[in-house]
Amino acid sequence: MREFKHAIVIGASSGIGAELVKLLASRGTRVAAVARRADRLAQMAISLGSNVLPVEHDVTHYDEVPALFQKIAQELGGLDLVIYVAGVMPPVGPHEYDFAKDKQMIEVNVLGAIAWLDQAAIRFENTRHGSIVAVGSVAGDRGRSGQPVYNASKAALTTYMEALRNRLAKLGVSVVTIKPGPTATEMTAALHMKMMPPEKVAEFILKKADKTGEHYVKAAHRVAFAVIRNTPSAIFRRLKI
Amino acid sequence: MKLLARTTPALPAERITRISGFGTRSSADGYLYRPTEVHEIRHIFDLAKQTGREVVLRGAGRSYGDANIADEAIILDITRMKRILNWDKQSGIIECEAGATIEDLWRTCIEDGYWPPVVSGTMYPTLAGALAMNIHGKNNFCQGTLGEHVTELDVLFPTGDLKTLTPKDDLLYAVIGSAGLLGVITRVKMQMKKIHSGDTEVLPVFCRNWDDQFATFESFEHDADYLVSWIDCFGRGANSGRGQIHVGWYTHESSDLPASLRPEHQDLPDTILGRFPKATVWRILRRFNNRLGMRLINTAKNTASKLLGDRKMHPQSLVGFSFLLDYVPNWRNAYLPGGFIQYQSFVPKERAREVFGKLIEMQQDAGLEAFLGVLKRHRPDKFLLTHAVDGYSLALDFKVTDKNWPRIEKLCHQMNDVVLAAGGRFYFAKDSTMRPSDARAYLGDSLNRFQELKKHLDPEGLLTSKLAERLQLFG
Repeated sequence: MREFKHAIVIGASSGIGAELVKLLASRGTRVAAVARRADRLAQMAISLGSNVLPVEHDVTHYDEVPALFQKIAQELGGLDLVIYVAGVMPPVGPHEYDFAKDKQMIEVNVLGAIAWLDQAAIRFENTRHGSIVAVGSVAGDRGRSGQPVYNASKAALTTYMEALRNRLAKLGVSVVTIKPGPTATEMTAALHMKMMPPEKVAEFILKKADKTGEHYVKAAHRVAFAVIRNTPSAIFRRLKI
Repeated sequence: MKLLARTTPALPAERITRISGFGTRSSADGYLYRPTEVHEIRHIFDLAKQTGREVVLRGAGRSYGDANIADEAIILDITRMKRILNWDKQSGIIECEAGATIEDLWRTCIEDGYWPPVVSGTMYPTLAGALAMNIHGKNNFCQGTLGEHVTELDVLFPTGDLKTLTPKDDLLYAVIGSAGLLGVITRVKMQMKKIHSGDTEVLPVFCRNWDDQFATFESFEHDADYLVSWIDCFGRGANSGRGQIHVGWYTHESSDLPASLRPEHQDLPDTILGRFPKATVWRILRRFNNRLGMRLINTAKNTASKLLGDRKMHPQSLVGFSFLLDYVPNWRNAYLPGGFIQYQSFVPKERAREVFGKLIEMQQDAGLEAFLGVLKRHRPDKFLLTHAVDGYSLALDFKVTDKNWPRIEKLCHQMNDVVLAAGGRFYFAKDSTMRPSDARAYLGDSLNRFQELKKHLDPEGLLTSKLAERLQLFG
């Protein structure tokens, strides 16, 4: 597993992001923990020590990102890993079409990611090194009836990452999409199903962080979603998944 | 909890680039600016202040270690400021912008019968970089460092003050050799050396061991124009220090003097050994660039220098003799991916035999033999942060891998102790492994004086480098 010296985790105050910060800091990486909730960041900085640089930021404030990105890299003393984990999935009823919720998902899951990862792409394209990681989801593999916009947001993120990969991999930059299945985080607290612990997902992400490509966290998901992705639409819409 | 300011102005994101020292072991990311005028340098200083960034000065990037890089700094690359402003072929004084290279110098003046008074083993360093490091050549024992031939220079300090300095100014002796940490050298006037031919007469002398090496240096040092020796770092015991000295003299009498002064007479050949295109040679070298391969190459070179042409004088062009490192383009690529470091120590002549013998033994005992060793003769000078001594230097090239780096670093620290105990010194242009205590040990009060000047000339601490941070040069 590659050692990273300087990292940014966006969406760091809970769930997979918080676990990533914890893991990176424990391995000696200087890591900027970017999140909206300052109280949690403060707690994190106290418990994890000087390797953590807490940065309060709302990912929907896109205009802040270019200057903030540069400032963080300067404070860290360099940069070789950027992980975008921030994401929202508000509960959506089977017949609900709430544009405010939909907009929020696109803003956080897609536009926020693009605002940050564009900066990472510019930097790493010019320095010819580094890893860009985005946490997508198996939910982005198909449009399912339960979460139309969440599915669409993760699909958009996955496609954006594929395009970055096609631009940057040949320059020595790792571009990695991670597709966890359901993970026990605050975002999925309302779901009643078997969940993966976030620390396991975080470990997996760091293991794959320099392996360009798309990675399902569970081997079973890789097989199952290969089938799901290739199921004809006419059949897929009759399935209750 | 520290929250970052959100209003700091951003630099153009696409200016970010990765730079490394020549040995490629150390690298850093920074924002690249290549000014063409002095006022643009002032603008860069202002930009650095506005964005809260430091500035690292960079010439051709030929310093081996980390003296020309800094993390997240603005990189002020002077290579576009390279105009020759005046060439007086009567007096031999050349005036140029400091981004001009040693190659620019010799190409400008050789046809008029002049040659740079001091050159490095490569022609590509800029004058700004060469003077920031105060480079020496194979003639250091008789001609001193490059800085000793400067008649005037302009230096722009981070305060915005542009000063013209001459050898009468004490500050000149601080700026030259200060590793680009006090100000930007922007213009240089220098006295070139009168020559009568573009050739040298070269005498190769095989040496069986250290005793032979030092005896040969001593026998030629009052007569030769150039002295340099290759050392086989695999030679043990009675063979320690074996190698080949090249003694060089400027040619004074020859039938084709004018022809030899033409630049085309000087150009290096396109092939190596008349067969291999130069551009491909590093790929061949790479195959041998391991302990076994280098042991074989050193042994072969050793045998060849003993059997072929020993003590037979031969002519060689000045360029061919001076710029050995330029024969194989991109030769450093043979050390990729880990790169290499050069460990160069300077030891007073009374202790050099003992210390260098010990260093060779230490690197052999550690199983980390240098693939190349070079011995040179030096004389002291009055520059503030000088590396020079009345003695000798030994330069050792170590191949670096992620795996062997901790051992190399440990070895270098142990060698530093030996060198310092003998009153030795080190050289910023080559260093990668000194500790802060090592720098303080050999610089002594000079470091205090440098720090006072730094506070005065760069009160906001704008100029930096990874080397300066590693050695805590600012206190």
